[in-house]
Order: sequence, then structure tokens, then C-alpha cells
Amino acid sequence: MKARVTVTLKSGILDPQGKAIEGALKSLGVDGVASVRQGKVFDIELAGDDKAKAEAALKAAADKLLANTVIENYRVELLG
Amino acid sequence: MKSAVLVFPGINRERDMARALRMISGHEPAMVWHAETALPKGTDLVVVPGGFSYGDYLRCGAIAARAPVMDAVRDHAAKGGLVLGVCNGFQILCESGLLPGVLMRNDRLKFICKDVHLRVERSDSPFTRGYNAGQVIRVPVAHGEGNYAADEETLKRLNGDGRVLYRYCSADGEVGDLSNINGAAHSIAGIVNESGNVLGMMPHPENHVEDIMGCTDGRGLFAGLVAHLDRAA
Repeated sequence: MKARVTVTLKSGILDPQGKAIEGALKSLGVDGVASVRQGKVFDIELAGDDKAKAEAALKAAADKLLANTVIENYRVELLG
Repeated sequence: MKSAVLVFPGINRERDMARALRMISGHEPAMVWHAETALPKGTDLVVVPGGFSYGDYLRCGAIAARAPVMDAVRDHAAKGGLVLGVCNGFQILCESGLLPGVLMRNDRLKFICKDVHLRVERSDSPFTRGYNAGQVIRVPVAHGEGNYAADEETLKRLNGDGRVLYRYCSADGEVGDLSNINGAAHSIAGIVNESGNVLGMMPHPENHVEDIMGCTDGRGLFAGLVAHLDRAA
């Protein structure tokens, strides 16, 4: 089973990397960009096909390691 | 003072730290590999040194913070044992939950490698008793992620409870935006945990301990720890 964990900065946390990318997009002439926030994507393959188990494992992975919940939120998706 | 210096893959300041500890405490520190599950018996001080553990993969310090030896460090800290984390060590202590908050990318996105001034905020902590409150010391920094951040409530507690031991400042001790090298909240360079026995700091006191280094301002931190332990003994 394939899954994706997306980790993003919480709102209100300053993201200097996102700001730099935003500036670069503006200097490239890409119009209409109001703001950029940078995050991380983890594509994970799981053994077995128990969806509830998979979700629990992914949540544990995100809480224990993938995200620092002081500054980051995460979203877990099962891609089937 | 019996000290233990943790060694993770990718750490590169452990020998500087061991040299400073040996010189100032007169005891050879134990080098403790990250896969160990116990600290040497009688360890007074655990040091988490600087470097780039696990190549800074995922987040700085995130993987080292989950290493087996960190459970032993948590036990040591819970019993009141002293823990010092410098640079990557500070990041590791934050990631491990021993200290609150997080070290974010420097606000101007540059790796900063230079001497900075720090104001010692109080002298009644094991980590500052070698200095006077308000004293300005000069020590090097070398980091890309030293921008301390925490939620407002945590910052209020850190400031209110006197848990900020070191702040970035100018040569004459002024704290402000001009001397805040990396954008850290309240110019925070070093904080302690609630019980005051775990310090994390971005600057490297171990690199200013001998005349040949051009400055010995970092000695006070280690000499203060030795004095603290001698007094407790």
C-alpha cells in the first residue's frame, strides 16, 4: 500500500526559505504569487493492506519523527 | 568533573569539546557512541557536541535525538545530572524534548561562522557561575540553523523564569536587532530546562579556551561547572 505524509509549517511560523523562494519567483517574473511556504513530502510504502493499521503506523511515524509538532503540521493520505 | 561526550555519525566538534573538558577539569572525558544504552558510571556532565549529525537529514538533530543513548541522557537529566548541548547539540536537545522550542533556519538564510558577543544573564546557574551577571563574553558561532523559536507561552516562561542564560549582544552588552545574528526570538543564544540542569546553546565556548585561540572567554563556562560540582561534592 502506498501512502503520503505531507509536513507543513504551522501558520505564524516564519519560513525564511519560503520567503526566499517567493522572492526568486517574483524576480523570475512569475506573476500572481502572493506567498510561498515550503514543506516536505514523504512517500511511504507499507507492508500489508490493513488501512486502519496503516493509518496508525503513519500517524506514529509522523508524531515520532517525520514532523516536529512544535512548528509543523502533518497530513496522512493513503494512496491505495 | 567526570564528563561524557556523545558521538554521533556526522558530529565534528567532539574533539574540541573533549580537549576543553580535559584541560579545564583535569579528567579525560569518556567518548560515548550513540548506540550505547548507558552512560559511564559516575558521569557528572553529559555533553552533546556540535557538528552535523546524520548530515542534518530531515531536520537538524532530529535523527540523533532518537538514538538509543538519548534515553540514558534523559534518565541522567531526570535525576538532576548536568547536560550541555552546543550547536548541533542544542538542536538535538530540542528535538529530544529535553529543551523546549526549535532552532530554525537563520533568518537571513546564511551559514554564520564568526565570533559573536554574548551577554551572561545571570551567574547563579551551574552553567554561568564562572561569570558575572551582565558580563559580555566573546565566543564563535558556526551554524545555519540557530534561529531559536518557540510559542509565545514558552518564550514568556523562559524569560520570566530566568531560563535564558545567554543572549546575543553587541560588544558593550546591548541586546537588539543589530546584534541578533540569526533572528532568534528575544536574541536567545542559550536556555536551560525547567530544573536548570540542562543547557543548550548555539555558540561554541569550547573554541575559546586557550591563548592560542585568541580568546579564553569560553573557559568560564567549564570552570564554573567544575566549581559547581566541587561544591556539591
